[in-house]
Amino acid sequence: MSIFEYNGCALVAMVGKNCFAIASDRRLGVQLQTIATDFQKIYKIHEKLFIGLSGLATDAQTLYQRLVFRHKLYELREERDMKPETFASLVSALLYEKRFGPYFCQPVIAGLGDEDKPFICTMDSIGAKELAKDFVVAGTASESLYGACESMFKPDMEPEELFETISQALLSSVDRDCLSGWGGHVYVVTPTEVTERILKGRMD
Amino acid sequence: MIREAMEMPPKGGFSFDLCKRNDMLVKKGLKEPSFLKTGTTIVGLIFKDGVILGADTRATEGPIVADKNCEKIHYMAPNIYCCGAGTAADTEAVTDMVSSQLKLHRYHTGRESRVVTALSLLKSHLFSYQGYVSAALVLGGVDVTGPHLHTIYPHGSTDTLPFATMGSGSLAAMAVFESKYREGLTRDEGVKLVSEAICSGIFNDLGSGSNVDICVITQGEKEYLRNHMLPNPRTYISEKGYSFSKKTEVLRTKITPLREMVEVIEGGDAMEE
Repeated sequence: MSIFEYNGCALVAMVGKNCFAIASDRRLGVQLQTIATDFQKIYKIHEKLFIGLSGLATDAQTLYQRLVFRHKLYELREERDMKPETFASLVSALLYEKRFGPYFCQPVIAGLGDEDKPFICTMDSIGAKELAKDFVVAGTASESLYGACESMFKPDMEPEELFETISQALLSSVDRDCLSGWGGHVYVVTPTEVTERILKGRMD
Repeated sequence: MIREAMEMPPKGGFSFDLCKRNDMLVKKGLKEPSFLKTGTTIVGLIFKDGVILGADTRATEGPIVADKNCEKIHYMAPNIYCCGAGTAADTEAVTDMVSSQLKLHRYHTGRESRVVTALSLLKSHLFSYQGYVSAALVLGGVDVTGPHLHTIYPHGSTDTLPFATMGSGSLAAMAVFESKYREGLTRDEGVKLVSEAICSGIFNDLGSGSNVDICVITQGEKEYLRNHMLPNPRTYISEKGYSFSKKTEVLRTKITPLREMVEVIEGGDAMEE
């Protein structure tokens, strides 16, 4: 079994019209046994920037703590929030530093940049950035997610429609993956508000 | 105690902290993760007035296409560009690092960068990591000494060639070059030949795909033709798209309005008394 399949995760982020949505499943497991059904995988860095971390849960938590530390230092020095592009470079550098003994984590970063333009990107476990204009996926359910998003995605969706699309893509993909599921956690971020919703899914 | 708790951002270079733990996990039977690779077809050729570089745009993670339109032609200096094949993180990191070193060198010397400078910096870095930094590069540029094209292998060896191909699609592209290349090509002939070579890689090699990126570098100017050709458009889009009439079941909703930025007006002296 791969190290990435130890805990199980499904992460997806999509771009809409002046907004973005980032969603994850809620399971934490140890191989095939489920330990928790409310595990947080998407973390807030600042109001308009979220990072989802898939892969080994312990590395995800450690990496999140390191990133929050670096972002707080940045905020103290620069007296402003970090732009999503800058944050993506920071995550990429932190991961590449451990090139020969990596963190077993694949991050998905989503944020609103200058003039509230949505930005999403994902990386592999050693920091190779993959910027996309439509959607990015990560986790054990990534293959199903690629298929679901490729067909369900439409450009320039409004927040409500974006929420429906990302939820359907997430739920249909985790239903085909044993290691992720037990509900969904979706954040839809527009320039004026952040809507956090917990989805009801199959509990198996 | 305090020194252990405070972890200042490190000064750069690789850190091997987690190697022991990762080895232990592998011994326990867990497989190592696969990295994002750029299967790739990258090419370069020298024409009458300079250098043309070409690359496909597919990035793979195992057998899955992770990115359908990634950028493989990296900027090194205003007159030097580098195509990268191999592990994506390595090609990006090594080209970014040498690009910064070249910029500092330009500030220090006050002169335009030379292609051989980039070549020496890249090959010495790759050799010192004995091939573990898996980056295969095609470096091309035009400087005061003329146009140059080099290939750099992950172990640090280099070749200087009039036309070069690298990556999993290199054989397909080299077949096109070997039959159609001649010295003294014009710009349009060169671009057409490079496009043909990349297309040959895109259609015949499974690790390469999507679109063709081209970069033309001549004395004093460069043209980056991103997505010069799109031979693989998506034709199966359904006009209606998906619309979900049944709303997704939501257990809980929490709406947080984002704070409005408060304007601080300087000059209030009400507190001074």
